Amino acid sequence: MSTMTLDAAERTESARSELTGKKVAVSQAEVRKTVGQPFSDTAKLRMRDVNVFYGESQAIHNVSLDIGRNEVVAMIGPSGCGKSTFLRCLNRMNDTIEGCRVEGELSLDGEPIYGAKVDVVPLRARVGMVFQKPNPFPKTIYENVVYGPKIHGIASRRADLDEIVENSLRRAGLWNEVKDRLDKPGTGLSGGQQQRLCIARAIAVSPEVILMDEPCSALDPIATARIEELIDELRENYTIAIVTHSMQQAARVSQRTAYFHLGHLVEVNDTETVFTNPEHELTEAYITGRFG
Amino acid sequence: MTNLTQTQVRERIEKNLASRHRTEKLFRGLGIASIAFGVLAVVILFSDIIGKGSGAFMQASIQLEVHYDTEVLGIDQVDDESLTWANFSGVIRQALRERFPSVTGRSDKRELYTLVSSGAPFTLRDRLAENPELLGKSEVVWFAADDDVDTFIKSLKDSKEGFRGRTSDQKAGWIEQLLETGELKKRFNTIFFTNGDSREPEQAGIRAALMGSLFTLLVTLALSFPIGVAAAIYLEEYAPKNRWTDLIEVNINNLAAVPSIVFGLLGLAIFINFFELPRSAPLVGGLVLTLMTLPTIIISSRAALKAVPPSIREAAMGMGASRMQVVFHHVLPLAMPGMLTGAIIGMAQALGETAPLLMIGMVAFIVDVPGGVTDPATVLPVQIFLWADSPERAFVERTSAAIMVLLSVLILMNASAVMLRKKLERRW
Repeated sequence: MSTMTLDAAERTESARSELTGKKVAVSQAEVRKTVGQPFSDTAKLRMRDVNVFYGESQAIHNVSLDIGRNEVVAMIGPSGCGKSTFLRCLNRMNDTIEGCRVEGELSLDGEPIYGAKVDVVPLRARVGMVFQKPNPFPKTIYENVVYGPKIHGIASRRADLDEIVENSLRRAGLWNEVKDRLDKPGTGLSGGQQQRLCIARAIAVSPEVILMDEPCSALDPIATARIEELIDELRENYTIAIVTHSMQQAARVSQRTAYFHLGHLVEVNDTETVFTNPEHELTEAYITGRFG
Repeated sequence: MTNLTQTQVRERIEKNLASRHRTEKLFRGLGIASIAFGVLAVVILFSDIIGKGSGAFMQASIQLEVHYDTEVLGIDQVDDESLTWANFSGVIRQALRERFPSVTGRSDKRELYTLVSSGAPFTLRDRLAENPELLGKSEVVWFAADDDVDTFIKSLKDSKEGFRGRTSDQKAGWIEQLLETGELKKRFNTIFFTNGDSREPEQAGIRAALMGSLFTLLVTLALSFPIGVAAAIYLEEYAPKNRWTDLIEVNINNLAAVPSIVFGLLGLAIFINFFELPRSAPLVGGLVLTLMTLPTIIISSRAALKAVPPSIREAAMGMGASRMQVVFHHVLPLAMPGMLTGAIIGMAQALGETAPLLMIGMVAFIVDVPGGVTDPATVLPVQIFLWADSPERAFVERTSAAIMVLLSVLILMNASAVMLRKKLERRW
């Protein structure tokens, strides 16, 4: 037995012992196999047998998943289950992490995401990202939004940039609040406004996919509600993958939900099915609050 | 222990509280005491230096009516050659004899001539070169007095007798006479700021050393800041973390701890002996000091880069910025205040450095103010060392005055570091 499979076995072992303590018995094979409908006919992002390693330890085990065009897919699961790691593979944000290694097939519209010839700059322009903590640049609101269009050479004339700023901020539902203070620092806004500014910044380069890594974890319920509304509106034009700790949020914004457990993708199904009639015992245990 | 009632617990806490307060007070007291000690040391240092050195900014000067006599001077026109040959000391001697007509004896006369500085003829030459029409006419000129006179009249305020040294009773009498009429008084010492070094204290100035320091620092800054920042950016943002970069990091830290005299020897062996760069030149001094300040700048720049929140890097990278764009658009502007502070502290260190410069010949006796990075020069701390080593009493106050100048440049640099940081600091 090689070290890798041994490691995987250990993890499943610990998962089982954790679960048996709560009177849920799961066999090793059951954890490994994804149940439900991980694949889509209109796949925008296609992931097959993805394995992610941090040095020697494996964080993601054989995950296969499709994210469909104009679909919101929510990823849920207990802390440390690898959902953020998986999300960050999709625009290669893991590249900067020392010792992180990604294996498997990942493609965007059929074009490979990983590979020696792939340039991350255009990839990240197509796959935007919103982070857990609002992280506007310490520059003005205007400069925050035009940064992407400027570096990618999408626009350079003042009038074009002005238009991009207004459009992006309007779509992010922030325009009315900030239109009179575009020259003020983006860091001076409230937490919820900052996060919407980050969303505006991400959509300013017209990406095809937006990845959201717990975008509302640092926000109050009112700001969260605004962002959720926004995600629903953005679905018309973008494909969205969102990681969240809030099951209510997943239920509200997504069409499909993926449940991760200890680096394995346990179940993918229509959001309604996952929350009302989960196929897998682990999913049920998690959504009913028996652990997590 | 486990069976304590709540009252008992509270009692114990109360009992403990008094001793906790005591230790806290003691700790605070110790802190205040150490700060007070530091402040006291600074106050003593400054008051001693200022007390000793402030006198050097005033210089005893003698007023004489001189006659630009063509016969005495031995010239009949003013041009470069005649100015070199003209007997200006003769004119001054004549003026002194006219001022004190009663002095007749040969040795008395010779003593009389020592009232004014031996640099006085050069003052006169410069005046005539500027105003050639003065030839054949008379004018009243202030000359720097000899350093013995200077020391004597400055010591008069401490005791009635004053410090005589080589000053005889007769000479003291003349000095008192001149003091009464106002022909001898202390005037602002411009020579100190315009001249280079001299064997005569009244003719010695810090200009050459100040310019030498300036040129040396310019070379140091121009080399060490870009190299240091580039090295820091590479190590922090690009370099993979492996055994080699660890080794480099350890060596950079080691470099910061190498005694400065070793850098001087290195400079002597490599820059002067191997590359045959000029001796005593600010260029070589700057190169040596660059080697010395590089570790300081690299270490502080790396710390400044590390302090930039990773969320800013992620945000830029998530937008599709290339690595260089991330560094130049976001990381560098945020790290710049810290880097500049490090650079200025490094420069301040370099300004005060003496030992390595001794090895490369910057300890020379420099009379001419250097005009470029390859001219022979010395620097302020070396000049202080040279003057402190001189036997003349008047050099004591000049040494302290030079220290005052060096300290004010240092304070200026450190203050600008603080101001720069305040101005550039941005919140995120």
